Amino acid sequence: MSLLADLQNINLSVSTEKIIAEYIWIGGSGNDLRSKARTLSGPVTDPAKLPKWNYDGSSTGQAPGEDSEVILYPQAIFKDPFRRGDNILVMCDAYTPGGEPIPTNKRFNAAKIFSHPEVAAEVPWYGIEQEYTLLQKDVSWPLGWPVGGFPGPQGPYYCGIGADKAFGRDIVDAHYKACLYAGINISGINGEVMPGQWEFQVGPAVGISAGDELWVARYILERITEIAGVVVSFDPKPIKGDWNGAGAHTNYSTKSMRNTGGYDVIKKAIEKLGLRHKEHISAYGEGNERRLTGRHETADINTFCWGVANRGASIRVGRDTEKEGKGYFEDRRPASNMDPYVVTSMIAETTILWKP
Amino acid sequence: MTSKLWNSLLLNQRKKGTSRSSARFRVLALQSESSTVNRLKDLLNLDITPYTDKIIAEYIWIGGSGIDLRSKSRTISKPVKHPSELPKWNYDGSSTGQAPGEDSEVILYPQAIFKDPFRGGNNILVICDSYTPAGEPIPTNKRHGAAEIFSSQKVINEVPWYGIEQEYTLLQTNVKWPLGWPVGGYPGPQGPYYCGAGADKSFGRDISDAHYKACLYAGINISGTNGEVMPGQWEYQVGPSVGIEAGDHIWCSRYILERITEQAGVVLSLDPKPIEGDWNGAGCHTNYSTKSMREDGGFEVIKKAILNLSLRHEEHISAYGEGNERRLTGKHETASIDTFSWGVANRGCSIRVGRDTEKNGKGYLEDRRPASNMDPYVVTSLLAETTILWEPTLEAEALAAQKLSLKV
Repeated sequence: MSLLADLQNINLSVSTEKIIAEYIWIGGSGNDLRSKARTLSGPVTDPAKLPKWNYDGSSTGQAPGEDSEVILYPQAIFKDPFRRGDNILVMCDAYTPGGEPIPTNKRFNAAKIFSHPEVAAEVPWYGIEQEYTLLQKDVSWPLGWPVGGFPGPQGPYYCGIGADKAFGRDIVDAHYKACLYAGINISGINGEVMPGQWEFQVGPAVGISAGDELWVARYILERITEIAGVVVSFDPKPIKGDWNGAGAHTNYSTKSMRNTGGYDVIKKAIEKLGLRHKEHISAYGEGNERRLTGRHETADINTFCWGVANRGASIRVGRDTEKEGKGYFEDRRPASNMDPYVVTSMIAETTILWKP
Repeated sequence: MTSKLWNSLLLNQRKKGTSRSSARFRVLALQSESSTVNRLKDLLNLDITPYTDKIIAEYIWIGGSGIDLRSKSRTISKPVKHPSELPKWNYDGSSTGQAPGEDSEVILYPQAIFKDPFRGGNNILVICDSYTPAGEPIPTNKRHGAAEIFSSQKVINEVPWYGIEQEYTLLQTNVKWPLGWPVGGYPGPQGPYYCGAGADKSFGRDISDAHYKACLYAGINISGTNGEVMPGQWEYQVGPSVGIEAGDHIWCSRYILERITEQAGVVLSLDPKPIEGDWNGAGCHTNYSTKSMREDGGFEVIKKAILNLSLRHEEHISAYGEGNERRLTGKHETASIDTFSWGVANRGCSIRVGRDTEKNGKGYLEDRRPASNMDPYVVTSLLAETTILWEPTLEAEALAAQKLSLKV
């Protein structure tokens, strides 16, 4: 078996200029990641220099069998932490041969919003807190939980340590370094309130790159859990009952919010978000109604409210921001399975472009 | 450094085999012969310094029970040498029993930096304490009060040294029965285990040894380890440390220990009396000296200190750890919780003075009362306060001197 490991770890740059590029895209459910690899003649750092490619859309629920080709446009490059060397991961989005974005391609629209001059001028920053749950393979029961039973109630697990409190840290730590290596702007990790649940944060990222970085971070996470023999779930309420759900709180600020007098801009933005609560909620992830109950540090799905340091609100503003009169706010509504292209561009659209 | 250590731990686990519950995460998914094993380990041990200046800082704090450690990490743009270079941070106090949900932010102030033995490179562990947004220490923050005592001029002048002997017990996961003990039964009585070697006498040495090196790597002042009287129980010592450092080093060493037991799939217990009956408890004996005690004539200063301590026995006991009454029974090398006593080389006393100290006329004293779950910030600062800052009334002093036959 060590021969296999040796082969996987061969340093190609010694014998060839060629590199391997793993093209990644989002499949038909809007949540499943797919990828395949191809050889390129030499190292590439600019996505515009990468060739377009195509895949079998009829195998991912994105095209009919008689007209199955879906075209991949490379959009962002990251270093490959699994193959190392000059090998790369390439985040792509999907188009028809006619050049139209297919219906599940949410990046296209987001890119349009982010290149609107009013939005670009505001330099929107995003910090996304991605929560996820680790499940034992085959039984789909959370990692560390006794099969057929439950662990002790929530309390000791948030940021906890110890074999009886933290389940799966190696996955989380390997993911942290892999993302830093890849060039993703990962800013931190922590153990979550429900045992077997973890969180990592990506940001601050500007505009469209927030979505690119989060999707590639999710890809790297699922490749790591694949190695570890564990299943990753982005379901927003994996276990019913007195157990926290999983969210993707999105922290957001614009240039005006970060400058003096920003707090008023923040309050106006929150007001606008309040007027479009239903539109946002419908785009914030499938199954979110099982999670946003008003308990377990969430606000009820039908209510819009905001507060300083209040974790039971839809929008939370930090004490620092209140004190300094400028900063950012946190939208706590998005579910862990949200599409970051949709959420980030919608927040920008509502707060910068939309007039009530 | 780490891969060889973890290899030996993994080998141990492999022998214990599949009888363990599937609920325990097998880092030991890494035990497979498959080549995929190496890739997760490669990522964990990845040295990121060639690829980025960024470092990972693990911020550590004490939670609402006063004994639970919590931590989370953040990326820092480049290596730092001093805690003052690190940003303050905050956490969700409502998830640790330290704040209400509607006003949940608790602020973390970085206080001490150690090298991270798990991540290597320039990555660090940061010991923090907790404050309200307004800048007040929260009630469970015992470091703040200790730092105040250690910065009073009289205490600074006396350069207080501490050597803390941290005992702990290792338990099998799920059954919470000590490591090496037959489930549903007991091992042979105490006798062969203290500093023992052999598969029938020493349980979990890899954890103790990995911890020793990890602490040395981290920059913690760990001075030794030994197997304890109760099987499955161990001890390590940290010191000599000056003032507030003693607390920081003990808390960081406890954090490293619980991260190691987490990886080994074993539960760490700091309970002072884990098993009832004819089994030793676990303590945190605190050795203590001041400049005056270390200089000629120090033995007299030590006796005066013991006198002061005898007059504040109840205050100290109430701050020396929850559940200590189950441990301080007067048996198993302890003094009864209600009695204050001292003696040279006497392990059945509250305070023991070593034969060397008596012979040289100077040295240090050992307070044997603190339990393994004591808060070192509280104990070290209370010792300094009682022996350096506090003065009893003359009558009380005279009475106590008579009771303890101490001519001061």
